[in-house]
Amino acid sequence: MTGPVLELDRISKQFGDNLANHDISLNLAKGEIVALLGENGAGKTTLMSILFGHYMPDSGKVTVMGRELPPGKPRAAIRAGVGMVHQHFSLAPNLTVLENVMTGTESLWLPASNAAAGRKKLLEISERFGLKVDPDARLGDLSVGEQQRVEILKALYNDARILVLDEPTAVLTRIEADKLFSTLKDMARQGLSLIFISHKLDEVMATADRIVVLRGGKLVAERKREETSKAELAELMVGRAVKRPVRDASTPGEVVLEAIGVTVRTGGVDRLKSVDFRLRAGEVLGIIGVSGNGQATLAQLLSGTAQRSAGSLVLFGEETADLTVADAVTSGIGRIPEDRNREGVIGEMTIWENAILERLSRFSRLGLVDRKAGVAFAARIIQAFDVRGGSPTSRVRLLSGGNMQKLILGRNLIEPPRILLAAQPARGLDEGAVAAVHQRILEARRAGTAILLISEDLDEVMALADRIQAIVGGRLSPSLDAEDADARSLGLMMAGEWEEREVVDAV
Amino acid sequence: MNALIDILASAGLWAAVLRIATPLILGTLGALLSERSGVLNLGIEGIMTFGAMIGWLAVYNGADLWTGLLIAALGGAVFGFLHSVLTVTLGLSQHVSGLGVTLFASSFAYYVFRLMVPVTGTPPTIEPFKPIDILGLSSLPFLGPAFFTQTAPTYVAIVLAVVLAYLISRTPIGLAIRMTGENPHAAEAQGINPMAIRYGAVIAGSALMGVGGAFLTLSAFNSFFPTMVQGRGWICIALVVFASWRPERALFGALLFAFFDAFQLRLQTVLSGVVPYQIFLMIPYLLSIAALAAMARRARVPQALMQPYRRGER
Ligand SMILES: Nc1ncnc2c1ncn2[C@@H]1O[C@H](COP(=O)(O)OP(=O)(O)OP(=O)(O)O)[C@@H](O)[C@H]1O
Ligand SMILES: [Mg+2]
Repeated sequence: MTGPVLELDRISKQFGDNLANHDISLNLAKGEIVALLGENGAGKTTLMSILFGHYMPDSGKVTVMGRELPPGKPRAAIRAGVGMVHQHFSLAPNLTVLENVMTGTESLWLPASNAAAGRKKLLEISERFGLKVDPDARLGDLSVGEQQRVEILKALYNDARILVLDEPTAVLTRIEADKLFSTLKDMARQGLSLIFISHKLDEVMATADRIVVLRGGKLVAERKREETSKAELAELMVGRAVKRPVRDASTPGEVVLEAIGVTVRTGGVDRLKSVDFRLRAGEVLGIIGVSGNGQATLAQLLSGTAQRSAGSLVLFGEETADLTVADAVTSGIGRIPEDRNREGVIGEMTIWENAILERLSRFSRLGLVDRKAGVAFAARIIQAFDVRGGSPTSRVRLLSGGNMQKLILGRNLIEPPRILLAAQPARGLDEGAVAAVHQRILEARRAGTAILLISEDLDEVMALADRIQAIVGGRLSPSLDAEDADARSLGLMMAGEWEEREVVDAV
Repeated sequence: MNALIDILASAGLWAAVLRIATPLILGTLGALLSERSGVLNLGIEGIMTFGAMIGWLAVYNGADLWTGLLIAALGGAVFGFLHSVLTVTLGLSQHVSGLGVTLFASSFAYYVFRLMVPVTGTPPTIEPFKPIDILGLSSLPFLGPAFFTQTAPTYVAIVLAVVLAYLISRTPIGLAIRMTGENPHAAEAQGINPMAIRYGAVIAGSALMGVGGAFLTLSAFNSFFPTMVQGRGWICIALVVFASWRPERALFGALLFAFFDAFQLRLQTVLSGVVPYQIFLMIPYLLSIAALAAMARRARVPQALMQPYRRGER
């Protein structure tokens, strides 16, 4: 065959004194799928951003189809046939799908945009790769999975021959992810070359031809898929063997939170329909289900950002009136929100400011913020939760996705709260970090925290939860003891099977 | 009641509406273009003042009226460039920079005016734009005097609103401007240079503001005095929100505000003595606030408005 379609030659990039990429060389053949693995902050996104021209490398060069790309010019990369699907989507929610796709594809000085031709081309591509979208839908109205499809279409629309996907499945449901990977394999068969970044070893083993592992900014290993195993990859990534912790038996304490027939209605739709659950001290209650079935509302209810329209909520033995955000904070409900960029942290503020946001009163003296104490507190979190890539005074925006999540966790768990609401806590984390997060959650459980774990990852729920309920179309199933759960029974629960059983029982 | 109908039925009212609306249309379009790319330009009040001065001064010194407008546009563009350097390149607060530009441009306008024009008892004047008669339409009964006795810049402003509406919604560069205002990172990922787009939009928008100011001295009046913009710039900023960042609605909003203003002027003469005239002065502003409150809730703000864009950062 011909030479590689893409060559990265000895790329290095330093941010301050943080060596994000060190002397990395990598190439890619036509029709090949390469997976890029590495811990949070290992430098994966940085490397791909250099390839695409978002960042200027300090040294090294990028060659596509034998031609060297000028550094720091996304336009040149696009022209050369490189497409990128970003970790944090780069789309405009107020524009339509077609507009998002067509931006920048025509010469800027044309007197009119040829939307008809654009639509035709978009529909052809979406047909050819089985990526269905409505070109006239407003992007912000689409689900995350659909938005990602738009990101991919955008790259293909630019005639990409090389497609880079940065953690494409982090925000997808399992079904969506499976579909995505079959599309990607199909693309490779049609002659595209792909690089994707993932933390999920299952997908990597199922999809990639070759696997490249980064650690601490260096390329530490390269393996053919046939020659490696999940265990080896995990070890290569972290530099040591990792094992996810599993909960030990324990007896839960009293009930701290009970929902009885709670309904939440927003925008004229019942998002939660008469749900019941009880949460006991020192216990993990797992809520499983395909995302979009009411998880977000459930989380909002407990963080005080959505109010119930019927039913009652008993907190620490007392019936609560409307639970406000302030109540949630003062009564010790820790929260790990699902969308960390929007609800978890304020990117423009520093790590220490983000760390103390909810505890302002504790960190103020004579009405002024006690900066020194705040910085010390942040330093403690950074230490204890292994947040890498920043000091207490650096801006949160600069952290890698996974490290941001560790910061949020640390902020909530450094002093175990009475109740912890954890929505997709391990999303986007590397194997080592997942194990660490699980460890922390189990430690909080041991310390008597009542934990509500909302997750799509069945392995995670089986490992952590004492009891499991499924959420389907805004309804909660009765709870099932983890001891009695297996993949099959949980699958049935997630499909809403319990309801039919109830009906049968009633007959 | 009859008095109200008399006012509405007078051609003079409608002619005044178009005249009052013209600087508002131009200023609002300028502010809108800039905001669509993600940059709030509070320099508008000062830029309009400067445009009013420099355009007038050029004509006073012998340039023809159209050259005067062109020079006002260039003057506006210079301050737009200054605002871009501060907000786009340096990423400073757009509020602070804009207010700074306003303070600087209006004082500088007065300074230059005093330097170049001798102090006299009555302010010096120029020969302003004359009404033009398009295809003899001005002789139509009622409609003629109401709508076709304007000066050329008024018609230009209306045409510009249509052109800008087309530019923003139908052309590749318009899409690039919108994308930059919504998500500059996404624009960059599509090979567009968000910095260049923002510079272009702010400078072009400021040129429009300068022309809007110059309308006051070259068409509506014939002399310059330093307080003549009288908050019109701020009205334009509010009209952008009222218009949900859409040029065609900006045209409508400017006309609506001008209608309130022209109407209250005439109401004053009818009801003078009964109600203090200051009440009437308030009417357009009160109604604008009401309209703004009603419209703004549905408005879709450009998502990256006021967010500085820095390359190679996240
Ligand atoms: N623009 C920037 N300014 C400063 N530091 C940065 C910048 N971009 C990345 N970094 C730092 O470089 C390191 C590598 O980050 P990168 O985003 O490449 O990690 P990653 O491997 O993609 O991690 P994750 O799996 O969490 O997404 C991190 O320590 C990060 O904090
Ligand atoms: Mg990353």
